[in-house]
Amino acid sequence: MLAFPPEPCDSVAPPIRSGGFENNHDQSSRLIRTNDEESSEIMKVTVERASLLKSLSHVHRVVERRTTIPILSNVLLRAEQGVLNLRATDLDLEVTETLPADIEKAGATTVAAHMLHDIIRKLPDGAQVSLETGSDNQQMVIRSGRSRFTLQTLPDSDFPDLAAGDMSHTFTVGAADLHRLIEKTQFAISTEETRYYLNGIFLHTIEVDGGVVLRAVATDGHRLARVETPAPEGSNGMPGIIIPRKAVNEIIKLVEIAGEQVRIEMSASKIRLTFGSVVLTSKLIDGTFPDYQRVIPAGNDKVLVADKSEFAAAVDRVSTISSERGRAVKLAVADRKLTLSVTNPDSGSATEEVEVDYEASPLEIGFNARYLLDIMGQLDSDTAFFKLSDAGSPTLVQDREGSNALYVLMPMRV
Amino acid sequence: MPAFCRDCLAESAQGLLVCGVCGSRRIIGHDELHEVTIAHIDCDAFFASVEKRDDPSLHDKPLIVGGGKRGVVSTCCYLARRYGVRSAMPMFKALKLCPHAVVLPPNMAKYSAVGHQIRSMMDDLSPVVQPVSIDEAFIDLTGTQAVHQASPALTLARFAQTVQRDVGVTISIGLSYNRFLAKIASDLDKPNGFAVIGQQGVVDFLAPRPVGILPGVGAVFQERLRRDGITLIADLQKMDAGELTRRYGEDGLRLSRLAHGIDKRPIVTERESKSVSAETTFERDVASAEQLHHTILALSEKVARRLRHDGYSGSSVTLKLKTPDFKLITRSRALPSPTQLGSKIAQIGRELFDKEPKGKFYRLIGIGVSDLAGADQADLGDLVDTKAPQQAKLEKALDGLRDRFGSASIKRAALMPPVKKS
Repeated sequence: MLAFPPEPCDSVAPPIRSGGFENNHDQSSRLIRTNDEESSEIMKVTVERASLLKSLSHVHRVVERRTTIPILSNVLLRAEQGVLNLRATDLDLEVTETLPADIEKAGATTVAAHMLHDIIRKLPDGAQVSLETGSDNQQMVIRSGRSRFTLQTLPDSDFPDLAAGDMSHTFTVGAADLHRLIEKTQFAISTEETRYYLNGIFLHTIEVDGGVVLRAVATDGHRLARVETPAPEGSNGMPGIIIPRKAVNEIIKLVEIAGEQVRIEMSASKIRLTFGSVVLTSKLIDGTFPDYQRVIPAGNDKVLVADKSEFAAAVDRVSTISSERGRAVKLAVADRKLTLSVTNPDSGSATEEVEVDYEASPLEIGFNARYLLDIMGQLDSDTAFFKLSDAGSPTLVQDREGSNALYVLMPMRV
Repeated sequence: MPAFCRDCLAESAQGLLVCGVCGSRRIIGHDELHEVTIAHIDCDAFFASVEKRDDPSLHDKPLIVGGGKRGVVSTCCYLARRYGVRSAMPMFKALKLCPHAVVLPPNMAKYSAVGHQIRSMMDDLSPVVQPVSIDEAFIDLTGTQAVHQASPALTLARFAQTVQRDVGVTISIGLSYNRFLAKIASDLDKPNGFAVIGQQGVVDFLAPRPVGILPGVGAVFQERLRRDGITLIADLQKMDAGELTRRYGEDGLRLSRLAHGIDKRPIVTERESKSVSAETTFERDVASAEQLHHTILALSEKVARRLRHDGYSGSSVTLKLKTPDFKLITRSRALPSPTQLGSKIAQIGRELFDKEPKGKFYRLIGIGVSDLAGADQADLGDLVDTKAPQQAKLEKALDGLRDRFGSASIKRAALMPPVKKS
């Protein structure tokens, strides 16, 4: 039997939407670069193995392991004006990086991204790597020390360009702030195909108590995360955008290697983030994020404060007994005592008592144990601050009263 | 050897071929006659028998029920079978074999009613009845001796008489000590038959028979076995269970057991539903997305209503399409939580359909819901979908109206035939 709310299936493919966010051949052919004059002659360039590997590791993750369009398996290499530029894309997301290079002959080509990454990874530390395309530009030779590799190439002129177009808003945000906005909401992103507009983080600005904040919201319908930071200069009035899951996964990794600041440019359909030498451009989810404000409970008056680690450890322990599906844990709270219990008709039962601050009338409510633990993992403080209403209504969870990170959790029937 | 007369039910003396009481030749005798308790009951040429019952003028004519849209034989009477006509045979071929046969289109509503009548009579025999199809069921009569004041064999013989008298069709009875052998037995003496297979001598009984009679051995598996030199059950009996398991996995082990007359599958009264679905075959292949969307909605409502009626909800929706060249396409999507809402099932069905190449023709379309849960789990709504509980109330209210005033009493406007403007 399914308990409510069931855990979403994790294997759902990202949305394929008509308009703005599609991934079909029509779109790709429009994206194909047609400027033949840029199309290259022979390229010859030498780079340091370590910096090439680092750059490749940033871009190659975008490349899908399986793709029906051959050139999407490749990384674009363009050598000009003292730098080597790398670019990879899946037509929804594009990452580029530039690194210093010793250029003998400027030019460009494309080779298999994962294979190039593997080759460079296996070369010895401190090596110099030379990349040279043949005269017919059908192969690229990689030389380093006594190693020599020849890779098939595809013409750089066929490489799709995620033409970003005009960006309506540009601002810079502190890398730590961006990291926090994403890290604390990412877990709540839905994987559900039907409500594709939940498959990302909703980023927007909103006025709160006289000030403007940059706010990130994600929800899968069972839990919701809302985190905000004072709006950076220039962000006010930006369109509300939904950043798709795959872009979110890359941004969180790239922001860790960024300096202090990340530059963000956006339009209604695309976002571009610049992390030093790495630039990520992504299409946005073409949909309307639901009005999340109305599901954030305002009238919950039963306050429960628990020691976060103690509470999380107890939830984890009692949930051992629960079945794979419907991992419901029951919270019964009265006076200063919270009793956690799980009953599984197939295996047995477990209970544990936790001392808490609670002065409202006794209450029993059930939650999905994993969802509770996910939220506990996001709290920064030593305490977990709950605002409850009744067994059938959403519960609010925060670090503390008024924290700028807020979580809403749907109860389960127990 | 115990024996009795199937006509007057009088016990018969040993070895008699004619009943000493009524003179009938229908004597059934077997060493384990009064010990075996698992029965398989199969109606003889069911659709044809029902038609002959209702129109006595057909009594001595070869009768074929079938035709309709796709032109195959559904059922044919025993007279027609003498000409070589068989079920599932194309109609033109059947008529070539038996040109003077009477052909009637199937009247499923009537057969279903008669099937239910017989089934409810079976319920009087034992609480453990497992229907297999409209005209076929397993009955476990273990422990019913005291109630019926008769052995299962006698109870069944009496039942066959009752069915013939009250319903007007004949049945064939197979009686044994497990399902698989009961099913084989019911085929031994058709029509209006009664056959018993006991534990003694079962290995010898099975040995000369083809492996194809074993449950789970279809054409493909049979061909695979044939290539491996196994055609008769005797071939299986000679082989070690371990060897068969190594070769064919779990199927091998099962084969080995069946070949020795062992079948532990119980008779189960109600099979747990795994999915609820509805489908429709078009009179003419359809390509119009509008019409197919329309059909998806109608089918989804039907499925949803059945889910609600049976107390189920489902969290996976499957769209089934059959192309004019009989290629079957199925597309499924998991839902975040179980539903029994026709509107939601239809929405997902349409989204799945819209992903298929446009403008293609289909001969069949179906909608199914699986991954079933209880009704109490359905459409509780969540943080984003707050309308589901209201929708659920609405659809339940519609069910109430339809139960009371008939299924055509209220319809979605989208499913109404277009109104001509005057």
